[in-house]
Amino acid sequence: MSTTTPSKLEKMLAAGNFAITSEVGPPRSADGAVINQKAELIKDYVDAINVTDNQTSVCRMCSLACVIRIKQMGLEPVLQMVTRDRNRIALQSDILGAASFGINNILCLTGDHQHFGDHANAANVFDLDSTQLIQTVKMMRDEGRLIGGHEFEVRPQMFIGAAANPFAGPNVELRVARLAKKAAAGVQFIQTQCIYNMEKFKYFMKLAVDRGLHEKVAIMAGITPLKNVGMAKYMAKRVPGMDVPDEVIKRMGGVPKENQAQEGIDFAVEQIEELKGVEGVRGFHIMAIEWEEKVPEIVKRTGLFPRPKI
Amino acid sequence: MIKAKEKPLEEIINMVQDFKKLLIAGCDGCVTVCEAGGLKEVKVLASALRLYFTQLGQKVDIDETSLTRQCNKEYLEELADKMDNYDAVVSTACGCGIQFLAEMYNTKPVFPGVDTSFMGVTEERGVYAERCQGCGKCILAETGGVCPIARCSKRMLNGPCGGSDKGKCEVSPDIPCGWELIYERLKTLGQLDRFEKPIDPKDWTTSRDGGVRKIVREDVSI
Repeated sequence: MSTTTPSKLEKMLAAGNFAITSEVGPPRSADGAVINQKAELIKDYVDAINVTDNQTSVCRMCSLACVIRIKQMGLEPVLQMVTRDRNRIALQSDILGAASFGINNILCLTGDHQHFGDHANAANVFDLDSTQLIQTVKMMRDEGRLIGGHEFEVRPQMFIGAAANPFAGPNVELRVARLAKKAAAGVQFIQTQCIYNMEKFKYFMKLAVDRGLHEKVAIMAGITPLKNVGMAKYMAKRVPGMDVPDEVIKRMGGVPKENQAQEGIDFAVEQIEELKGVEGVRGFHIMAIEWEEKVPEIVKRTGLFPRPKI
Repeated sequence: MIKAKEKPLEEIINMVQDFKKLLIAGCDGCVTVCEAGGLKEVKVLASALRLYFTQLGQKVDIDETSLTRQCNKEYLEELADKMDNYDAVVSTACGCGIQFLAEMYNTKPVFPGVDTSFMGVTEERGVYAERCQGCGKCILAETGGVCPIARCSKRMLNGPCGGSDKGKCEVSPDIPCGWELIYERLKTLGQLDRFEKPIDPKDWTTSRDGGVRKIVREDVSI
C-alpha cells in the first residue's frame, strides 16, 4: 500500500503492521507540562498519540497547542478536531497552523453536544460536520484549495482519520453505511468507539469487509480498559452510544474491589488478542482514560512491543 | 406555524408594574393555534394581573383585545384610535408581531407576553415540535423529507453522529435522532443510495448567517 503523506502512522499501517495509537486528554489549566508527562509515559509503546479536542464538551487546553508540544518531543501526534466550536474559517486556519508545525495526522469529528459539558449555555457552531471536515482536509491536501476557493502552494500533509461507532444503535447496517459515506469523503483511517460488545463489533466488521470498506480505510479497534465495575456501569448508562453488555459488568463486579483494575486490564488484553483475528482490524486505539500508565502493560502483554521501526 | 410559550406571570408583572393603563393584545394567528397568545390566553393573563394588582390595593386598568394578525400593518392599525388610552401594551403575539406593533406605535412601551420558540407542528393538542429552521435553501428533497438542520441537534448534513442511542438523540432520550428518521425514510422510499453520498458544506448565506433577511416580491407588490 503506498502512502500519501509523511505520517508515521500511515507508514506503519501501509507496512502491514498492527498500528497502535493512544490518546491523552489536555489539562483544564495552562499547565502544558501535563501533556509532556502523559506523552512520556506511553511514547515507546504507541505509534501515534491522539490529543482530544475539548472532549465531552469540557473546556480544556486546545488540542492544537498540545499536539505541537508532542511534536516538539520528537513524537507523532494525531490532532483531534471537532466541528462543534469552530466554523470553517477557524477549522481551516487551525489545519494550516498545525501543518506548519509538521503535524501529519488529523482525526475529524463532529464532537459531543455542549449540553454534556461545563459550558452547557454556550452556542454551538456545527458549520461543518465530521464528513465535511474530512472532505475539507482532503481538498486542502490534494488540491491546495480552501472551501472558499483560495488556492495555495504549501499544502497540509495530513493522514486523514475519523471515528466510527458500531454501537450507536440500534441499526448496525446504518453504521456501516455511514462508514461508507466517510470513506467516500476520503477518510484513510478509522478509530472506533470503545469495544465491549465483541459480537456486535464482529458483525459490524463482517458487513464492512463484505463491502470491501476495510480495503479503503484502515480500521483501528478502540479499547478502553475498565478501572472498576463503577466505570463499567457508568459507561453503560451515561455515555451516549456506548454498549457495555451485562456480562462485562458482571465480570468486573465478580472480583474483589482491589482486583478490579487488574481484571479490567486482563479483559483489555484478551479483547486485543481476539481482535487480532478479526478480518479488517488493522490496529488498536487504546484510550486509557486518565490511566495512561497502564498502556505499556497492555501493549507488552499483547506481544505488540517493541514497536517496529518505520 | 410559529410556536410560543406563555411567559411566567412574575416576569410579566416585573415589566408592567409601573404602569396604570394596560392593553393586553393577543393575535388570532399562530399563537392562538398553540394556545399561548390568543384571546383566550389574553383574558386569562388580564384576569391574573387584575387579581395581583387588586390584592396590592393598586388601581390598574387592563383592557383585552386580539388582532387578526400582528404581523400585518392593516390589522395593527385597528388599534390606532385607542392607543392613547394606554401607558403600555403587553403583546402575546410572536416576536414578529410584538416588534411590528412596537414599530407602529413608536412612543408606546410594548412588552412580550410570550417566549417565541420555533417553527413547528402540533403533534397533538399541547404537544408542539420543531420542524424547520428557515435556513432559506430547502434540502428536504435530498433527505427523505426529514430536515437534518431542524431535527439533528448538531444540524449535521451527514449524520447520524456516534452519540445516538436506541434511535434517540444524545441530547435527550425524548428527542428522536433526526438521522435515524432520515435513514429509515430513505429506506422506505428505496433511496438509500442518497444516504451514502456525502453532502457538501452548506451555503449558510440564506440562513441567519447571511445577515438580517428580507424577501422582496415585486410581482406581488402594490
